[in-house]
Amino acid sequence: MASISQDDNNAVVIIGSGAGGGTLAHELTRRGIKVVLLEAGARQSLASFSQVPGEAFAQLTWLEPRTQSGTTTVVEDYPTLPSWTAKTVGGTTVHWTAAALRARPWEVSTRTTYGTIDGASLIDWPLDYKELLHYYQIAEKRMVVTRRNGNPGLPASNHFKVLHYGAKRLGYKQVHTGYMAINSRPADDRGMCIQQGFCVQGCKTGAKWSTLYTEIPRAEATGNLELRAECRAVRIEHGTDGRVSAVVYRDSAGNEQRQKARVVCVACNAVETSRLLLLSDSARFPHGLANSSDQVGRHFCHHTGCFVWGVFEKPIEFWRGATLAGVVLDETRHDPKRGFAGGYHLELAALDLPSIAIAGFPQTLWGRKLGFVMEHYRSMAGIFLNGEDLPRSSNRITLNPNVKDQFGLPVANIHVDDHPNNAAMRRHGQQQAKALFEAAGAIQVLMSRQTPATHNMCVARMSRDPNDGVVNAHGQAHDVANLFVSDGSAMSTSTSANPTLTIVALALRQADYIERQMSTRAI
Amino acid sequence: MRAKASMDRREFLGATGVLTGMLAAGSPLALLAPSRAWALDLTALTSEEGAALLAAARTIAPHDKLDDAPYALVVQALDGNAARDAATLALLRQGVSGLGAGFASAPETERVVALQGVETTPFFKSVRATTLATLYASPLVYAYFGYEGEAFSKGGYLLRGFNDLRWLPEVPLADSGPVFGADSR
Repeated sequence: MASISQDDNNAVVIIGSGAGGGTLAHELTRRGIKVVLLEAGARQSLASFSQVPGEAFAQLTWLEPRTQSGTTTVVEDYPTLPSWTAKTVGGTTVHWTAAALRARPWEVSTRTTYGTIDGASLIDWPLDYKELLHYYQIAEKRMVVTRRNGNPGLPASNHFKVLHYGAKRLGYKQVHTGYMAINSRPADDRGMCIQQGFCVQGCKTGAKWSTLYTEIPRAEATGNLELRAECRAVRIEHGTDGRVSAVVYRDSAGNEQRQKARVVCVACNAVETSRLLLLSDSARFPHGLANSSDQVGRHFCHHTGCFVWGVFEKPIEFWRGATLAGVVLDETRHDPKRGFAGGYHLELAALDLPSIAIAGFPQTLWGRKLGFVMEHYRSMAGIFLNGEDLPRSSNRITLNPNVKDQFGLPVANIHVDDHPNNAAMRRHGQQQAKALFEAAGAIQVLMSRQTPATHNMCVARMSRDPNDGVVNAHGQAHDVANLFVSDGSAMSTSTSANPTLTIVALALRQADYIERQMSTRAI
Repeated sequence: MRAKASMDRREFLGATGVLTGMLAAGSPLALLAPSRAWALDLTALTSEEGAALLAAARTIAPHDKLDDAPYALVVQALDGNAARDAATLALLRQGVSGLGAGFASAPETERVVALQGVETTPFFKSVRATTLATLYASPLVYAYFGYEGEAFSKGGYLLRGFNDLRWLPEVPLADSGPVFGADSR
């Protein structure tokens, strides 16, 4: 690992070490570029991951205060957890379930494909799908995704057998164990999946791709990376030329530090990315950094997401096996005849014993109904709906001046009013999932409401027109040439795919661009 | 929670109340516990309040064959919250009082009616949330629900039944993947 001086104004500073930041750090350092990687969370390891569900959650999750508002049911159901994001080296790639799905081709041109939809602020992505596909393919090689590049699929678990049987009886055609960034055989100096089921708690075998034990140590091995864990960026500064010049952060002891920078890349997951840009206001950028368009924090998307559970008579033991290794792709199409724009994935999903009771059911479930379901825990199957969320200008991350964090800084407020399209899509998905489980013999089907989002997107979106977004097609701020957004915030729309593969693909593409820009001294 | 033999320490510790119980003979929990009798000291709530909250937890998450002991862990968690925070103590105290004096010993149908009456209150939401988060998180109940917990230390389920379901057809290889060790069978 390198040691980079805080006065080194030739360094690229990346804030956040997850799918975007961790990948970008590796890509830049392997080309000889010095990178300081700031991460608010601590560094865990395969050995230190807790296998006690509640403990693991506390070990990996961002638990500092956030507030929320709006008509989304999350406000009522999860008053203290509006969003489920990570605070750990590796970010959400530590707790992700490794579904490495591509956006569908039309999902990068939704404004054109779906047309005008009342109350939605759709735009087309400023890049061609073919261009994205090129980087998807690189990302899939890098992450060793199953069913791509000759990698075998994961073997069907008990749980997947239920999904597959029900889906086929319903007439679905595209049903398999998923495009998973989980080794189905040893690869990439990592072992194969042992089907232990604790994906979300941190994969103790390393069979699941995470920047924590792939991109980051490889970046360190180049001698060009200095990772500073437990360091919280609180402000990005700029010079008189309007270009960013340094990142102010608090170290693990809470002391203020300042790292000079040639380029700054923000990859803190959408909620904190918005907050950091908004906190970095100045006389020159009175509404926050890169926010002359007033678009920072707006168009917040989180995916239309909820659980559907089937209760069966015979045992399934769905905690055995890779947590999310199963998908139905048939509903990802755009087919307005279903009563909504866009599509959704039906994804296999299991939860551990406490989590299913805490977060898997409607918060109104108790008494004999709850008792009955829990007594059938061994014979349950689960589906997570993951659907395209339509952007709304008023769904937005703002600073809440009334609630402060440990450093006296205003926390983020997340405001979400569910678009009617989401409600229609959720209803459709719930009915399909119910029919699927009933086709497989379920004696009862239960549905959760919207769950706290891990997929947070679009709050600093890529746009052709600087008035519509925050960054260009390379994630470069329209307002500030040496400032980049390198996480899901930059996605122009949410697509129906779990966002990690897209974030990695965009980071790979961004690295190529940053290298070119630096070599021509444009930045 | 501790074995009942040490109950005489209660006054010394300044406890505000105590819950006691007996594990059913043959209960899987009895194999784990040092003694079938158990006692839980309360540090903020009274014995009566503790008993009412235990009855509330049993009503919210009813499992007839499950001992009182894991439900007492819920009361322990609520009592701990109340000891740390005066507002929580007041919330629980007022909430319990609103359920009526006979709540703890009332039949289930009456307890359900009483709780339905307060279903939308912060008191009920708090008790429900703590019940679920404590009861089902306790390794004491894993066996009852058939849950196997962490599996890394046992090598996962790759060779221990992740695909042993036989009441549905096998998935064609194209939609699945090669099973480790299957070739050598």
